[in-house]
Amino acid sequence: MDKETVKGRLTKVFRNVFDDDAIELTDSTTADDIEAWDSLEHITLISAVEKEFKMRFTMKEVSGMKNVGEMMNIIAERAKN
Amino acid sequence: MLPELSRPFDGDMIMQSKRKLLRLLKEKEQGAVPLKIAVLGGSTTSDIIKILELFLRDRGIVPSFYESEYAQYWSDAVFGNKELDEFKPELVFIHTTSRNIEEKPRVNEDESSVADKLSREYERYERMWTSLSEKFGCVIIQNNFELPSERLLGNREVGCAYGRIDFITRLNCKLYDYARSHKNFYIHDINYLSAAYGLERWHELRHWHLYKYAMSVSAIPEFAYSLANIVCSVMGRNKKVLALDLDNTLWGGVIGDDGQSGIEIGSETSEGQSFLRLQEYIKAHKELGVLLTVCSKNDLENALEGLNHPDAALHPDDFACIKANWNEKWRNLEETAQELNLLPESFVFADDNPAEREIVRTQLPEVTVINFDDPEECIRALDKCGFFEVTSLSADDAARGEMYRANAERAAAEKKFASYGDFLRSLEMKAEIRDFDPVHIPRITQLTNKSNQFNLTTKRYTQTEMEAVATDNKFIRLCGRLTDKFGDNGIVSVVIGKKEGKSLHVDLWLMSCRVLKREMEFAMLDRLVEECRSAGIEEIIGYYYPTKKNGMVAGLYEEFGFSRIASDENGNTTWRLETSKYSPKTKAIKINESEN
Repeated sequence: MDKETVKGRLTKVFRNVFDDDAIELTDSTTADDIEAWDSLEHITLISAVEKEFKMRFTMKEVSGMKNVGEMMNIIAERAKN
Repeated sequence: MLPELSRPFDGDMIMQSKRKLLRLLKEKEQGAVPLKIAVLGGSTTSDIIKILELFLRDRGIVPSFYESEYAQYWSDAVFGNKELDEFKPELVFIHTTSRNIEEKPRVNEDESSVADKLSREYERYERMWTSLSEKFGCVIIQNNFELPSERLLGNREVGCAYGRIDFITRLNCKLYDYARSHKNFYIHDINYLSAAYGLERWHELRHWHLYKYAMSVSAIPEFAYSLANIVCSVMGRNKKVLALDLDNTLWGGVIGDDGQSGIEIGSETSEGQSFLRLQEYIKAHKELGVLLTVCSKNDLENALEGLNHPDAALHPDDFACIKANWNEKWRNLEETAQELNLLPESFVFADDNPAEREIVRTQLPEVTVINFDDPEECIRALDKCGFFEVTSLSADDAARGEMYRANAERAAAEKKFASYGDFLRSLEMKAEIRDFDPVHIPRITQLTNKSNQFNLTTKRYTQTEMEAVATDNKFIRLCGRLTDKFGDNGIVSVVIGKKEGKSLHVDLWLMSCRVLKREMEFAMLDRLVEECRSAGIEEIIGYYYPTKKNGMVAGLYEEFGFSRIASDENGNTTWRLETSKYSPKTKAIKINESEN
């Protein structure tokens, strides 16, 4: 899956989870950039992303992803549709 | 209620959109009841609380929460802490699961040693409950224990002293023993819930290892919904009426076209059996105090022919009201509500026709509409909706249908009299109006928490609070039962006043709408004044706090002969009556004639 498609769909997921239509994602976006993105909301976010792209992150990835760029790379590689 | 939160819901969608849903609920919130809930968790509780809040707000309860630090449930419950003590919970939810069992049996461990473990494990819990109810006198909701998904011993996990499932089952039984003998204590049955959800899906081990959630994150909405049902029931938010369509809902086919012999109901055919099973399931709701009504587009004559089918379980006299005509269904539902003196929001409507459901949803949004395509789905939808969740049953519940039917007979009798006064006298009414009797506390509490219309202060009480009021001599309490020649209406009115010097401040004055316009409110006032005089009370101060629903009593104190002494910009009014100047108002009710 190409990264632009991933970015578009991922942005929708972020906007829904954080209830904020102003969110714009870049490769370097991290939890520090989105106020509501704390460790508890990370759980909801990960589950929502997994549902959207019908894929799963490994446990190491869940706790190890440093920014949205890394997340998009994993998705682009593994997402089924 | 928000469609996103109505069954069958998409749990993952709720999890993802919880912020948005909370915002929507806050925007449309009106007249909600606050409730302080302490959640004492043995695993992560963050999202459980957030989703529970959505379901509670959706049903008119605005919770505030105390959340224990991670897995601190036991020390919070037994030793307490300042924050929890100051929070003063009205309800405590202990979120423990099988993951919190400290001493599991070992393979081949001998029976007495396992029995000791079982006792120790159980006693940890009982100690929490005792400590919490002593300290807070609150409602306690305790999860039971769910089964694990893996079984080292295979089928031998049961029927064997050291089997773990055996152990969990016995531990659960001990919880149930406690629940049977203690009021204000309710089991949240996650053992059932996890089984119905599917144990393998429920135990999403990743979510345990990553976040310490004792269940799959996707299952949290199911869990929270089930928990919210207990809370709503305790808070008197249950629905009261199940309104039913007929053709293709209660039987197969169309009675107007197929005739009595042509519809599918009864044990002769498989389709008939499935409708019969549904009728039996619905009929059983009468034992829970749920009123059944018919709302069908049919000629009345045809509808009755269908209901009189010899193989049917439901018959005309099972219904508190039958509306079979060609009017819009939402209008019929509205009329039924008026006739039963209930609000449309107490109604659940079941109809197989999606178009009819949609019209009712849009035209009368207060009514809850359930979705289904066939009788099996209808049973499942009713069974899972939790709108009639049972937390306590009073004798009045089982008799409620009978009471409403007697009301219909009264209404018919009323037409025969020249004046309303003649009609009232013909009823031969007798009232028993006395101080609270301990056996009546559950009914008094139930009535208090669900009365919205004839309710001057809409103050709510937990059963424990009501018990405290009942034994405190600061209060004058009255509960009234009304009987007439058509039957016993049960306890229908409650008044609580607090004594301060020579004044009595009326904290609570409410009455069931099924005895409206029967002089019962005057009978209560007569008795209250009598009690006040013998207690040396010189003035009664009454309060009216307007809500969306209690407009009918805005002028009650004026009608009683009180003078208004204060009012504010929110419409709250305060009223005063001098007891020495009062003369009894009741004409048609005989009060306290029987010896007691």
